[in-house]
Amino acid sequence: MLKFIEQALNGLQYSALLFLLSAGLTLVFGIMNVINLTHGSFYMVGAFCAAAAAAATGSFLAAIVAAVAGAGVYGLLVELLVIRHLYRRDHLDQVLATLGMVLFTNELVTVLFGRSPPFMDIPPALAGSVELLPGLAYPVMRLAFIGAGVVVAVGLWLLISRTRVGMLVRAGADDGEMVDALGVDVRRLFMLVFVMGALLCGFAGVMSAPLLAVQIGMGERILITAFVVIVIGGVGSVRGALIGSLVIGMSDAFGRAYIPLLLGRLMPSQLSDPLSSSLISASAYILMALVLLFRPLGLAPARH
Amino acid sequence: MTRKDWINLAGLAVFVLLPTIAQTVGQPFLVNLFTRFLIYAIAAVSLDLILGYGALVSFGHAAFFGLGGYVIGIVAFHTADGSGLFGWAGTGQALILWPLAVATCALAGLVIGFLSLRTSGVQFIMITLAFGQMLYFLLVGLMVYGGDDGLAIKRRNTLPGLDLRDASTYYYLCTALLIGWVYLCRRIVGSRFGMALRSLKQNRRRSVALGYAPLRYQLTAFTVSAAGTGLAGVLWANYALFVSPDMTAWQKSGELMAMVILGGMGSIFGPILGACAFIGLEQVLTAWTEHWMLVMGPVLVLIVLFGKRGLYGLLVPEREHG
Repeated sequence: MLKFIEQALNGLQYSALLFLLSAGLTLVFGIMNVINLTHGSFYMVGAFCAAAAAAATGSFLAAIVAAVAGAGVYGLLVELLVIRHLYRRDHLDQVLATLGMVLFTNELVTVLFGRSPPFMDIPPALAGSVELLPGLAYPVMRLAFIGAGVVVAVGLWLLISRTRVGMLVRAGADDGEMVDALGVDVRRLFMLVFVMGALLCGFAGVMSAPLLAVQIGMGERILITAFVVIVIGGVGSVRGALIGSLVIGMSDAFGRAYIPLLLGRLMPSQLSDPLSSSLISASAYILMALVLLFRPLGLAPARH
Repeated sequence: MTRKDWINLAGLAVFVLLPTIAQTVGQPFLVNLFTRFLIYAIAAVSLDLILGYGALVSFGHAAFFGLGGYVIGIVAFHTADGSGLFGWAGTGQALILWPLAVATCALAGLVIGFLSLRTSGVQFIMITLAFGQMLYFLLVGLMVYGGDDGLAIKRRNTLPGLDLRDASTYYYLCTALLIGWVYLCRRIVGSRFGMALRSLKQNRRRSVALGYAPLRYQLTAFTVSAAGTGLAGVLWANYALFVSPDMTAWQKSGELMAMVILGGMGSIFGPILGACAFIGLEQVLTAWTEHWMLVMGPVLVLIVLFGKRGLYGLLVPEREHG
């Protein structure tokens, strides 16, 4: 039972990370119909900026500021230089151009920060663990991560459903041309959403930096998973991104815990060990394929 | 003869004469470089079949490249250690192995295509990506076959009457296969089948109203394309004598797409030029700097933004295109 709760918390933490990344991705896709592979690079930029700032100043607050600012500025540059010209192109062009930017960013970060960035410690305020239940101690940093995810989810929900900007975002996702015709500058709206997505990536980067390995290419793997999330949830809807993040985060955590056990009972261990590790890594993709086969538009598609 | 014919003829002449040229200028490594060009050209031409003529953006085509290679690698592995596969002792005969590998890829293409074609647009891109990733992680997990480190192959497959270990002989074999494959693909896209495929790309609703069932045409094209990409994987495994999960990575799928776009989509000949230019540029840049991606990345962006019809489109006037 304790293992179950612990895995549920791990799953929530992974879901929070996925949500931070996929919320921006799904809005960018929903409003401007742009597939942006560079989104994962903002996460990497954020993590590297955070590690560098923490090493230089020793302060976690400075790391947060550096990560969010770094990712935001880089996001703005990418939007102005590349994404802006891809609105009216087909998906193939968008995939290729942003793939080019991913390769470029990886190399740029290597040149600026070196291949192995300074290791980032967990800030003292969030170090250690608390005993949630008798016998169940859980790291504070991970709890903080879950909390940050919840705060961002609630904040986004308020922003999108309660403010004027949010109303425009919803309207833009529904029918961008009509909103444009009504006199709203959709391009500026899109730039705002794009940079907001990059800021969230930067924030995700600083939160993961003490927990996961900060390295070149860290953005790509998580980006593909974030795409899986928005496709499962239904592209264009933040609600879908939340549902997708929970599905993938939870299935990953429980898969890690229980797939080896199950397979271990069915077959000898020299066969089950490698098989279960592949199955865990591929589980998100298998889930996505299944969802697409039965619900091609995702579990909670944006309503039109 | 039109300008297009001249250009194609010139390209053919370069490929046929290359080993002689390499010998004359004293740069024998050129043969190896051009062998790589040829192998990737076969993959790019195959991808063009669905990308350029069917508008099916497959982001997982590297899966077939890797699958073709791994069939060769796995059979070689079991043949070498004498364990055999399912009671079959294994063989090094290309005449048996290569059709087997290509058929495996075609079958995989049939299944993956059938499932993926239930979706369209961005979902199609993502589901093909998902199948590619599944294969990638499966191969990483197969520790018997080296897992992440890949699988080395002891020797090239054998063909009666030819010594494939000789670089020029292998080069000419690849040239012949590319020519044959291009001929077949041109016949396919020029046929009634190819027209139907193109009409589905241009206006799906109208084509359906005219009585064409999309799945039949698109799935056939997907399967043929998978088989061709598999052939390229087979040739790569025999060329490099090494296969690894990286052959199926999503970056590889992206590279294949970049080759098609760079050369000019929807022309069959263009992707050959694209493959040569892409790998050639990679070769030049890696020799120049370790951080060659700093140049390659922006080059990709520029190709997409400004290269309307690709390199082939620059050479050939529009009315002769396609």
